[in-house]
Amino acid sequence: MKLPLIAALGLLFATPALADWAQTLAEAKGQTVYFNAWGGDARTNAFIAWVGTQTEALYGVKVEQVKLTDTAEAVTRVISEKAAGQDTDGSVDLIWINGPNFLAMKEQGLLHGPFVAGLPNAKYLDLGAGSATSVDFTVPVEGMESPWRLAKFVFSYDSAKVADVPADMAGFVDWAAVHKGRMTHPDPSNFMGATFLKQALIELAPDAGVLQQPVTEAAFAAATAPLWAWYDALRPNLWQGGATFPASGEVQSQMLNDGEVDIAMSFDPASTAAAIAEGTLPETARVFVPKAGSIGNISFVAIPYNAAHAAGAEVVANFLLEPATQAHMQDITVLGSFAVLDPARLDAAGKAGFAALPQAAALPALEDLGPVLLEPHASWMTRLVAEWAKRYTK
Amino acid sequence: MSKLRGAVLAVVLLGLIAPIVVGLAETARAAFGVLPALGLRAWSLEPWRMLLAQPGFASSVRLTLVTGLGSTLIALALAMGFCASVPGRMRWLAPFLATPHAAMAVGLAFVLAPSGWIARVLAPVMGWASPPDLATVHDGWGLALMLGLVVKELPFLLLVMASGLAQLPVAHHIAAGRAMGYGPGLAWIKLILPQLWPLIRLPVWVVLAYGLSVVDMAIILGPSNPPTLAVAVLRWFNAADVAMILPASAGGLLQAGLVVGCIAALWGAEVVLRGIGRWWLRRGGRGVSWAPGLQVARVGVWGLMGLALAALLSLLVWSLTWRWSYPMIWPERWSGELWMSAMWSKALMNTLILAGMTVMLSLLLAVFWLEAEEDLTRAAWAEALIYLPLLMPQIGFLYGLNVVFLRAGISGGYIAVVWAQALFVFPYVMIALSEPWRALDARLLQVAAALGAGRWRRLFTLRLPMLLGPIMTAGAIGVAVSVAQYLPTLFLGAGRIATLTTEAVTLSSGSDRRVTAVYASLQAALPFAAYALAALIPAWWHRNRRDLRGGGV
Repeated sequence: MKLPLIAALGLLFATPALADWAQTLAEAKGQTVYFNAWGGDARTNAFIAWVGTQTEALYGVKVEQVKLTDTAEAVTRVISEKAAGQDTDGSVDLIWINGPNFLAMKEQGLLHGPFVAGLPNAKYLDLGAGSATSVDFTVPVEGMESPWRLAKFVFSYDSAKVADVPADMAGFVDWAAVHKGRMTHPDPSNFMGATFLKQALIELAPDAGVLQQPVTEAAFAAATAPLWAWYDALRPNLWQGGATFPASGEVQSQMLNDGEVDIAMSFDPASTAAAIAEGTLPETARVFVPKAGSIGNISFVAIPYNAAHAAGAEVVANFLLEPATQAHMQDITVLGSFAVLDPARLDAAGKAGFAALPQAAALPALEDLGPVLLEPHASWMTRLVAEWAKRYTK
Repeated sequence: MSKLRGAVLAVVLLGLIAPIVVGLAETARAAFGVLPALGLRAWSLEPWRMLLAQPGFASSVRLTLVTGLGSTLIALALAMGFCASVPGRMRWLAPFLATPHAAMAVGLAFVLAPSGWIARVLAPVMGWASPPDLATVHDGWGLALMLGLVVKELPFLLLVMASGLAQLPVAHHIAAGRAMGYGPGLAWIKLILPQLWPLIRLPVWVVLAYGLSVVDMAIILGPSNPPTLAVAVLRWFNAADVAMILPASAGGLLQAGLVVGCIAALWGAEVVLRGIGRWWLRRGGRGVSWAPGLQVARVGVWGLMGLALAALLSLLVWSLTWRWSYPMIWPERWSGELWMSAMWSKALMNTLILAGMTVMLSLLLAVFWLEAEEDLTRAAWAEALIYLPLLMPQIGFLYGLNVVFLRAGISGGYIAVVWAQALFVFPYVMIALSEPWRALDARLLQVAAALGAGRWRRLFTLRLPMLLGPIMTAGAIGVAVSVAQYLPTLFLGAGRIATLTTEAVTLSSGSDRRVTAVYASLQAALPFAAYALAALIPAWWHRNRRDLRGGGV
């Protein structure tokens, strides 16, 4: 008697979800999803275009990428729409988002959801408390955004020109003193520049644990004092005396290619190998990470509260989590971004897809990348960038 | 005909002026603390306090003033010196005039960079094994930005002066001056310049306003820490912290104030110089030789145009490159792959559609405006209003305008972008068309009227065919302006309408100069093609009408 009851109960719980998804698919059919994603990387753009062809063939959902210079543009757009009282039929359907932009949208109630648990492919994710996909810069995701690619902070350099790379962040001071003007970092108003500072902050802070809490004035002063001492020693030996900085990590990568600096940085461990294949970095470019590990975070997609095509956006978010999609994404010849799925939850076919991926000389193995350091609470980044601007903007 | 006049005036007022006023008002509301989307409904000065507290705010304002005023004055001085010594119609300027600011900036950034073309040529001589650690672009003083602005504004000023000079009896006055013993340069400055200035005053203001509020060129060439005010305001509008919209709006308003202030200052300087100049003229000095100064201007103009040519060439070379590393002067591996991939086709299509619609609309409006003018006296105040969009900084009203368009439900589509672009295309079309239109021999039309041809027949069979050349030229200028629009396309297209310009500026923040170069090359080629068509079509059309050939009427 008990067994059928449980089965019936299970059915009762399972069916609505499945029915919901069938309804979502039906609703999504014929929609065009405006995917607002940073457009500065041709490979990512090509990958998103590929996603669009797949979802159109499978579900009748077209994807149109709105190429952003900065993700905050999309946030501003949703806010202007809210300002104009446009609470439905918004122009943004899906945003590639994380960190402060997510926090801002979540706090302002600008997001649709929670929707992640309703995605069929959520079963491949580790959504347990404290897992990498359940927090975004320490802010609980709570189903308001769905993961799609793993980012990990790495440095790249030209091994033909530089033999010695700094072993840790503290080591950059001595390295820059020897290689005067051959190192810089992106402007901290850009997330890559901010990440460089955060990476140093985690290593240099007397107690890195406080970084996981929202920032307070006292905690900020104590945690950042060694950072500013380190930075004051480093800055005079930076490119152009630390008076000006490249606008983004990509611009700095171009400077590495031009030979203007010897070190660049990226949030994608595969980007160096990818750039070599594309002809935008020399064949001898390689990757290194500080020995204590580096900051890792996950890129998410979120749906604005007023999205015109929320159903289509959910279908795209779900497709991004398909094991075959994730393996395709991790392919160095495609995008080379590491997958966000939990390997333990994959079936044999899913695992085989990842095992068959090609390798490249400049592509680091996962074990070479060291431990993943957690992003500080998003409030630290805002405060850190503001303080840097106050100290070093003349 | 006053009905037509009234209709055209209404269209211009509602279509062109109202958006600016409304957009500015919306921005001003946020600048004084009213932003209902964030739950702010009380007036306050908090946004201004926030603005003043932004790090580097004072430097941003200083940079804006130095680069805007500096580039305008340098370009003006060079253009005057050049015009005083080299006569002519300056048709060779067309390619430089046609190139949008962003494309020119991308090219210049490569030519000037520490690892750029100039450095690569010098590398063997100077022994630079790796690029020198010099701030040649993005420098803290804004010199690279000023250079870029001068390179781009100089052709415009030269052309405006050349067309102004064509209306003056230059040769007679110079001959008279020389006969009275004035040196060649001095005769030009004392006799021609005072007559020329009223004809070029407005274009100079436009150049000044543009230089003070330029965004795309300032992103690509200007300093970044801090940037100029317009770029800083754009950054604040786009900051992750949404409360930054408040100081951003205040900054946008301040930007408008700076432009008004600088134009007022230039006007004040004009008044003072007029007084001094009169005294100087009456003193009657035949003066020292101005030859060295003119020589400097000539060399300067040729040098800058050489630099511009190198910039354009570098775009083409980069777009055909696979690898090109320092210190190679030419690429080590060429490739046509990026062109073959045709990834640019969609942006090109959007750009063409927008340019086509905007230019048609503007030409139509301009023809009606000028036609309606025939029997009425020219309303100077209405004409002045047309030029308002060129004097108002875009960053000051586009955010507010977008909010208004959103409320009306037309943001994010072609209509909104065409409308916003037309704000800037129409004035240029008017500038280009009104002179030849008014210069057409009125007796031809009077004869036609006496023979019984009605108004529309005179327009369609006489005036428009005879003015085909100038109309095509005005259209080509319109295409160039439309193609170059960055902020209006970005703000009002909700980013969905990707054009060559928005893609080029976005990609210039990426790591692949080759892809950027493809977009920038196309961006430069499109207006150039429009100019070529504007020259070829009337020449072919009028192939058996001798007196209508040669471009002018």
